[in-house]
Amino acid sequence: MDYISLIFEETYKILFLIVPVLVSVAMIVWLDRRVWAFVQKRQGPNVVGPFGLLQSLADALKYIFKEIIIPASSNKIIFILAPIITMTLALVAWAVIPFSESQVIANINVGILYIFAVSSLGVYGIIMGGWASNSKYPFLGSIRSAAQMVSYEVSIGIIIINVLLCVGSLNLNDIVLAQQNLWFIIPLFPMFVIFFISALAETNRPPFDLPEAEAELVAGYQTEYSGMMYAMFWLGEYANILLMCALGSILFLGGWLSPIDLYPFNLIPGAIWLIFKILFLFILFALVKAVVPRYRYDQLMRLGWKIFLPLSLTYVVLTASYLFYFNLLPKI
Amino acid sequence: MIAHSVFFYFFSFIAVISAIMVTASKNTVHSVFFLILDFISISCLFIMIGAEFLGMIMLIVYVGAVAVLFLFVVMMLNVAQQKNQWFLSKTSSKHIPIGIIISVVIFFELIIVIGGWKYKPEFLNSNNVNNINEITNTHSLGQILYTDYIHIFQISGMILLIAMIGAIVLTFRRREGVKTQSYLKQISRERSEGVELLNIDSQKGVKIDD
Repeated sequence: MDYISLIFEETYKILFLIVPVLVSVAMIVWLDRRVWAFVQKRQGPNVVGPFGLLQSLADALKYIFKEIIIPASSNKIIFILAPIITMTLALVAWAVIPFSESQVIANINVGILYIFAVSSLGVYGIIMGGWASNSKYPFLGSIRSAAQMVSYEVSIGIIIINVLLCVGSLNLNDIVLAQQNLWFIIPLFPMFVIFFISALAETNRPPFDLPEAEAELVAGYQTEYSGMMYAMFWLGEYANILLMCALGSILFLGGWLSPIDLYPFNLIPGAIWLIFKILFLFILFALVKAVVPRYRYDQLMRLGWKIFLPLSLTYVVLTASYLFYFNLLPKI
Repeated sequence: MIAHSVFFYFFSFIAVISAIMVTASKNTVHSVFFLILDFISISCLFIMIGAEFLGMIMLIVYVGAVAVLFLFVVMMLNVAQQKNQWFLSKTSSKHIPIGIIISVVIFFELIIVIGGWKYKPEFLNSNNVNNINEITNTHSLGQILYTDYIHIFQISGMILLIAMIGAIVLTFRRREGVKTQSYLKQISRERSEGVELLNIDSQKGVKIDD
């Protein structure tokens, strides 16, 4: 009996997280398009529902009722598996994101490594989709994407080491609590900038959206996908973007902590603060999409390996020596 | 405890089956995917015995980086065709006996390692790990790795670095006549050197030397 009630309780908790994440994914797609339109002095989607809020719902309905076409020469099992893997991995990582000190599904010791591992697995959805399509453009797109994600993961990993040096724990709640006096964005501001740019590259957002550069590769790895399977790639991509925003706000912007530890701000629950920080980072993501032109592939690789990697490595040495010299290294 | 053993057998079953499928499947890309599945289930087993740090590092390093490179190689080179040639051609290939010899050597090495563990239990006890329950996995690993085994740790890092440099030196070759884009030149280009106004006689055109 214990097991059954445990399973029900956990399922309830998971549903309580997954459903809001999926709804907010639909909402931020709308927000993304609105911000994009705002920068370009257009209206954006404003017809369906108030302010066009239901636009994503209409799009989702359209995707659901479209026919799923599976190319005859594709590898069928892997072709179907690829969007499922992308979507699952994008949602699974949310299990360790803390919304307040107690509101987290799994408060594990190695939370940050878990997120890092799941986001590094995200490459497989794209490679599998590109390879199984058995067509030139998807294959080229997936190879580009894999190279890009592997390169930028290196710099993200080193940036995370910077933060961990200041915290002394891999637990996400400990990382948030270590920022009670000072958010890490202030001492580690250069790392925040590099993290933001690497997160853009990691999630294949413009200006680094080379895997699906429509001018060169039709639609990259998604070319052969249609209907609900395309929508799943798309949902997974946006869930990943939200996850990267959440990671950025936990690592640098103090997670669920309120900006000022004073009376009226204390009453607002931590989840609201975290959502505000995620939204702030996401609007930055959307603005970058509207403002910056797409990079060339060699520029992208140069930026990742020749600029970000040495910079972040140097900063690790600097942070470590500073903490060691002033005897600020965290004790266990 | 029952749930624990159920999960253990589930993951180990997947690990063994996918390890067999790595060698048995005809398509080489499928073998790599089975290898990835194997890595993932092994890391789940690591997490189940409480070595969460090792499990996650296994996922990040092997699945996130090494297996991606495997996939690259297998997809780009036509390995499947070559494999079929070896196994289906009439003339016996030289590779199979060598492979058998290497696998026998590895098997005996594994036996020696496991035997060493069995007969020397105090080998595992380091003086710095007294109470495993009080501190986390990562902390205790760090305490051993950076105190007792610091030299071995540094040497292994050096070996990896040398291997990396060696791979680059072996594959690097300077080719003639390759066009490269110098970003400094591209950025520092100005209008005065890029645009020129000319009076051109009709029917003659202009010669551009690039």
